[in-house]
Amino acid sequence: MTEFLVTWLAGTPSYAMPLLLASLGLILSERAGVLNLSAEGIMAVGAMTAAVTTLLMGHPWLGLLAGAGAGIALSAVFGLAVVVFRVDQILAGLATVAIGIGITGVIGRPYVHQTVTGIDPVQLPVLSAIPVIGPVLFHQDPLFYLAVVLALMASWMLARTRFGLRWRAVGEDPAAADIAGVDVQVTQLLAVLASGALCGLAGGYLSVVSSQVWVEGMVAGRGWIAIGLVIFVRWSPVRAIFGALLFGGASALTPRLLATGANVPVYLMMMLPYLLTIAVLAIPAMFKLGRGPEPENLGTVYLRQDRR
Amino acid sequence: MIAVAVPDREGGVALALHRVSKSFDGRKVLDDARFAVRWGEVHALLGENGAGKSTIMNVATGVYIADTGVTEIDGVATRIASPIEASRHGIGMVHQHFRLVNRFTVAENILLAAGPEAGIRNLDQAARLVAAKGSEVGLGIDPAARVCDLSVAERQRVEILKVLILGARIVILDEPTAVLSDQEATSLLRFTRGLADTGHAVVLITHKLREVVGHSDRVTVMRGGRTVLADCPTTGLDEAELARQMIGERVAPLRHLEAHPGAPRLVVRDLTVARADGGKGVDGLSLELRGGEILGIAGVGGNGQQQLADCLIGLATASRGEIQLMGRPVVAASVAARRGGGLRMIPSDRFASGLIGDMSVAENLAMTHLAGRYSRWKGFLARGRMRRDARAAITTFNIAGATPERRARLLSGGNAQKLLLSREVDSELTVLVAHSPTRGLDVKACQFVHGAIQDSVAAGAACLLISDDLEEILSLSTRIAVMSRGRLVGEFPAREATAEKLGLLMMNHA
Repeated sequence: MTEFLVTWLAGTPSYAMPLLLASLGLILSERAGVLNLSAEGIMAVGAMTAAVTTLLMGHPWLGLLAGAGAGIALSAVFGLAVVVFRVDQILAGLATVAIGIGITGVIGRPYVHQTVTGIDPVQLPVLSAIPVIGPVLFHQDPLFYLAVVLALMASWMLARTRFGLRWRAVGEDPAAADIAGVDVQVTQLLAVLASGALCGLAGGYLSVVSSQVWVEGMVAGRGWIAIGLVIFVRWSPVRAIFGALLFGGASALTPRLLATGANVPVYLMMMLPYLLTIAVLAIPAMFKLGRGPEPENLGTVYLRQDRR
Repeated sequence: MIAVAVPDREGGVALALHRVSKSFDGRKVLDDARFAVRWGEVHALLGENGAGKSTIMNVATGVYIADTGVTEIDGVATRIASPIEASRHGIGMVHQHFRLVNRFTVAENILLAAGPEAGIRNLDQAARLVAAKGSEVGLGIDPAARVCDLSVAERQRVEILKVLILGARIVILDEPTAVLSDQEATSLLRFTRGLADTGHAVVLITHKLREVVGHSDRVTVMRGGRTVLADCPTTGLDEAELARQMIGERVAPLRHLEAHPGAPRLVVRDLTVARADGGKGVDGLSLELRGGEILGIAGVGGNGQQQLADCLIGLATASRGEIQLMGRPVVAASVAARRGGGLRMIPSDRFASGLIGDMSVAENLAMTHLAGRYSRWKGFLARGRMRRDARAAITTFNIAGATPERRARLLSGGNAQKLLLSREVDSELTVLVAHSPTRGLDVKACQFVHGAIQDSVAAGAACLLISDDLEEILSLSTRIAVMSRGRLVGEFPAREATAEKLGLLMMNHA
């Protein structure tokens, strides 16, 4: 039983990381007031670009970087539409998903199923020797540590810096931010690009780190789960770490349980993360839990009413 | 005390605007207006809604750029293109609608708005400055409190502190007492006196005579975008003259309806309706309306007119009091039941609660009679009849640009209002509640709307006309009451009412 627990828990972070990276990106974008539904498409492009770059250049870190870059590029299209041309954020987000998934099919098809040089876990000396906790917390791939550090940094940036204050002001009350001299459009564009980078990285993690192969459709709804996760953790980067681990744990359970030969219907098991998403979103709504720091201006386009 | 005064400037002109004109979409909002305020005085800027007083101050603070005109600070012509530039020149404005981020703390708001300009680098510094400045000028506020937990008066303090922390020496307050209780208003007015005594120039935008006479040194009156009285000392001022200046000469009515009051049709007793923010919109109001009369309710907007109209038709719930329609109590009745009793409504915003912009003319017309006239077997619509009736209404009311199939939103304002009128002024009408029925309409459309209202009343209906357009009230009503702070504060037969009388009532109680 202990062994089952350890393998399960040790396997959890690699399921949790794409969710954490993507939801961090979405939190950054939503705290600046931009509802970004394009995560699924951006992750797809990130995954494909990272795998193909790694195959061509032979370097997984370069691949991840390219994945993040591709995420930025695609989210720039979304950002341009939403921030500059004031297209409806929901429509633009959904369209970006379609574009992203379409691109991966066109460019990536020749590279399907080719094994990619991956990034392997690192064992932190001494710490990884601790029983149970060691393999779970200190024998993970470097991106796990990077993502946790990123989450803490994002949290600190939003809460403690003037830059973060402006960022949040744009999401809360763009008119007040505008009066205070904050450039609303630049801030929102920046937020969208940051979310693109993180979602692209999340996709790259899927292909280069966890599967070490690229397959079409491998994002498999994780972008949508990340959107739900953002609401579940009430737009807090630190809570996102735990939220992502919870969701990752649910996903990691499936293969472990199947490996034990337990007589559980496979499809039911595979539904688990999605059911969990619905459940965690429904529960706060059902019990009317506090709305938390949902950005007040999330999803609406700011039009300067200066009548000049 | 407040920041050190600059003695050699005392009494000199701090801010002056000369020959300022500004148009929005071809409509002149400021027409050769002027204004000047001196150091060390509280200067009242008086005028009705839409007189241009906020606009000229928005020009002074760079929110709007004037089409023509000169702004002088300390006698030097200065171009101010944005609120940030204005604040660099020491001009700060507290707007009627606060510009605060609700979920941020006071310190966070100060850091956001004043950070770089006032050299504040972090939250602790901002919090210290709020506390220091607050105790210096006597506006204490907890820097760690969230704005959404503060009262309106406290939020106003934050806005004033923000302006002062940004270094404003010319402080403009846009109708600051409109949102305050009497006590809060008095303490705010005392505070403005303190500001002036320490050498600041204070501009008090207002439409309340009481504030002009008791709390300011000089007054400038604006009407219709022009300055009609400039730089007048408030000592020994004639209030009636001031009211006349503010309201101006009104055009005499073309046709006055003779009142032939019949039986009471709408009786309201002791009605109280809450506002969305929890305050009282309507506060113990009573009135009686008979067939064949038009009761005009005058008043400055925001004194409960909206809540009264909403409550009469059934969109808002009364917290106390009763309403009788044709002798039957309807205070708890549904909108449909009230309409069934012949109550009709012309709302102040015709597309918000009158017409459905994206539905067709015929559908909009049929909307109120779907259950009766326009329903056929098993809930199918009598579309032929809808179309025929729509065509008839378009001809009778001369609705230009309309066909039964056309979307209502595509009609011009006047024609949309005609469409609404043709639906509301029907054969079953007993009581018509018309709330600003001609807002935004041109002269011809106004005449049509007024004619339609008078015709229906001549035919025996009763009309409650709620409007902040005094001219409309004076020319249409057979009886006039003034509404202020949720109640009626005076009532006359139409022939005894004058703009001056109404103006004094509106302002003294506002």
